[in-house]
Amino acid sequence: MAEVLNVENLRVAVDAPGGAEVVRGISLTISEGETVCLVGESGSGKSVTSLATMGLLPKGSLKPVGGAIRLEGEDLLACSAARLRDLRATRMSMIFQEPMTALNPVMKVGDQITEVLKAHTKLSNAECHAKVMDMLTQVGLPDVARIAGSYPHQLSGGQRQRIMIAMALVLEPKLLIADEPTTALDVTTQKQILFLIKELQEKHGTAVLFITHDMGVVSEIAHRVYVMNRGDMVESAPVDTLLRSPREEYTRKLLSAVPSLTPRAARSFASDRTVLQVTELVKRYGGGGFLSKSPETLAANDVNFTLRAGRTLGIVGESGSGKSTVARCVMRLIDPSAGGIRVAGHDIATLSRTGMKPYRKKLQMVFQDPYRSLNPRITVAESIMEGPVNYGTPRAKARARAEELLELVGLPRTAAARYPHQFSGGQRQRIAIARALAMEPDLLVADEAVSALDVSVQAQVLDLLAEVQERMGIAILFITHDLRVAAQICDDVAVMRRGEVVEIGDTATVLGNPRHEYTRALLEAAPGRHWDFAAFAPVSAA
Amino acid sequence: MPVYFVRRVLAAIPVMLVVAVFVFLLLRLTPGDPAAIIAGDMATPAQLERIRDTLGLNDPLHVQFLSWMGRILQGDFGTSLISNKPVIELVEDRMWPTIWIALITITLSVIIAVPMGVLAAWRHRTWVDHIVMTFSVLGFSIPVFVIGYLLIKLFAIDLRWVPVQGYKAPSGDFGGFAIRAVLPALTLASIYIALIARMTRASLLDVLNEDYVRTARAKGLAERRVLFRHALRNAAVPVMTVIGTGFALLISGVVVTESVFNIPGLGRLTVDSIFARDYPVIQALILLTSGIYVAVNLLIDLSYTLLDPRIRY
Repeated sequence: MAEVLNVENLRVAVDAPGGAEVVRGISLTISEGETVCLVGESGSGKSVTSLATMGLLPKGSLKPVGGAIRLEGEDLLACSAARLRDLRATRMSMIFQEPMTALNPVMKVGDQITEVLKAHTKLSNAECHAKVMDMLTQVGLPDVARIAGSYPHQLSGGQRQRIMIAMALVLEPKLLIADEPTTALDVTTQKQILFLIKELQEKHGTAVLFITHDMGVVSEIAHRVYVMNRGDMVESAPVDTLLRSPREEYTRKLLSAVPSLTPRAARSFASDRTVLQVTELVKRYGGGGFLSKSPETLAANDVNFTLRAGRTLGIVGESGSGKSTVARCVMRLIDPSAGGIRVAGHDIATLSRTGMKPYRKKLQMVFQDPYRSLNPRITVAESIMEGPVNYGTPRAKARARAEELLELVGLPRTAAARYPHQFSGGQRQRIAIARALAMEPDLLVADEAVSALDVSVQAQVLDLLAEVQERMGIAILFITHDLRVAAQICDDVAVMRRGEVVEIGDTATVLGNPRHEYTRALLEAAPGRHWDFAAFAPVSAA
Repeated sequence: MPVYFVRRVLAAIPVMLVVAVFVFLLLRLTPGDPAAIIAGDMATPAQLERIRDTLGLNDPLHVQFLSWMGRILQGDFGTSLISNKPVIELVEDRMWPTIWIALITITLSVIIAVPMGVLAAWRHRTWVDHIVMTFSVLGFSIPVFVIGYLLIKLFAIDLRWVPVQGYKAPSGDFGGFAIRAVLPALTLASIYIALIARMTRASLLDVLNEDYVRTARAKGLAERRVLFRHALRNAAVPVMTVIGTGFALLISGVVVTESVFNIPGLGRLTVDSIFARDYPVIQALILLTSGIYVAVNLLIDLSYTLLDPRIRY
């Protein structure tokens, strides 16, 4: 097989005198029809490598300082800007992580694909149109004429990613770089997109450089795998070899951190005290409107569950399933349309702002994005103290407590005086947890609290949550789309779809022996479900 | 869109009504007797009574308001206390110079400022950017009358390219109008060029970091197309807001510039009427400028829906 891409000893550095190298002498090759996965955690340099290949490194902040990137023998680092423009989309293409933002929101998607043809070919309008329609059909989109005339916001995430793929492959490039193309998608959509890429690759013999942090995806699609860590190439091997017998300690660690889909053993009841009881909860959106009536959506419909002290209930589901709506109703960040939410025996579903005040203390939340959920202008201590001080704790006492909590979540006491930007994502999530704990809540609502974190950090934060729960006996309502995470942290799981709970029960039963077809479909779509990464072996047929 | 348009026009009615009530009360709530204010210090009680009667000041307040509103809806804004001419005529005479100058100013500003802003954002943190930003700071910080007099000194007195002052209507003698309008428009534009260039730059800088701009580059598009076709339209909404409000501000009066260039515009009429306590004129001017603000805002909102298909009201 012909070699399509050959990266040799590539070095990329911060574009400043004496700038640090963020990619240090990495090499990789990809042949025609081959899928190569480049894996690593954030900051490993995997995206930088791909952008360097496309010649899209952000100007003025990063630049290649050594090595060569050869596309079918032509050194891209030596190419002029004009030559690179010619090569893009014709010989090499790229698709990105966020289909929501990667398409121009003010341009019809059909026009965005046509633009590629106009820029690189001399096809007539009619020929362009025919080619676009053909490509849209190839990526499996229905009703292509309507889709071509749509704006990105009128399409679903999966459809948008299909558009991106159509745009990338319309000129049949030799190389497709896919940078986390399915990370932002639901598992069932992810499965379809992975299948689509594979299908088109086989049809056109495209070489695919697939960048991901998800070992599940790697196990499904890769021929060979390269592992990067902090700008260095750690190791490379055919996928089976790498998953079974990784050579390097770092790879072993990375694989061991992947949470297993096999549910953990259920814990015995720590307490009989009911912390939260949700009955027949309904949340309706829309239906109002002056002159034109907007259609009504049931974001949550007849949701029932009970949560005891010291237990963790997971709510799993895909985007739009209503899992976050339920969490926000419980927190009373939004008002439920009907139903009851009982906290410590009192119904809070209809309480006023002032009426809520005594209960706010008992309910605390940890959000998904640790980069945006902490106020960047105040110190960590101020963030943690704010709640207790509002409830009348003297500042000195609150400050001392903040330092204790930082220690509890595994950070030094000195962290209190620092600002959020001085911490990594995982550390910030620890701070967010400390902030929530400062109120001594009965219930912690964690909305995708580990989804933005790398697997190794994710494992640490999950351990921390379990440890805190053990110590303080709080109940956790854990919202997640990730079945692996749910399997490892939850005692009970509720599976939601389109606002309704389709299945609820203890984790071992729901995930181990699902009764509802949707739960089965979700498990079926979970990438790498046949592989037990931590054991370096396939899941034993049990 | 049509439904939206109708809805927005309907929504403007209460706004204008509130303005009308305020304008009406302006005269009634001014300390002292309106009749005494109008009649001046030397009036006899009989004169005062006559004025009260003609103004309907002896009727209950709501009756006064309704009859006043009725007259206004028929285009009768009353008579100027100073010149004894109908207010509507006074305002109409002064409105056109102001509108023309405002239109030219805004057009000029957009033509100069938008490319400046695009260039500065595209060449962010280079000398091009620095020069644009320096101009922008100057445009903000030099007072308009200084710029006005400097321009007069250079182009009218030293170079003698244009007349020093004055105004001609464009309908009769367009050349004469244009040659007289260029300096005041440039003077006024200085601050708007600064503002719009800054806004364009800032908005474009945000957009240039967006994923879809990276996608456009990954498609191998020429940089010009990436900038103008993909980035600029996405950056246009905040810029449009500044342009719209800028225009509305220009209409409601640019006293200093009108004085410097001796233009018979609304700004000077406003100041003159305030000094002369010519209440009917002041009332008409407030109603007019609020009406223009509401209309301009409506147009800005409509432009959003054209610029960004995601915006639907």
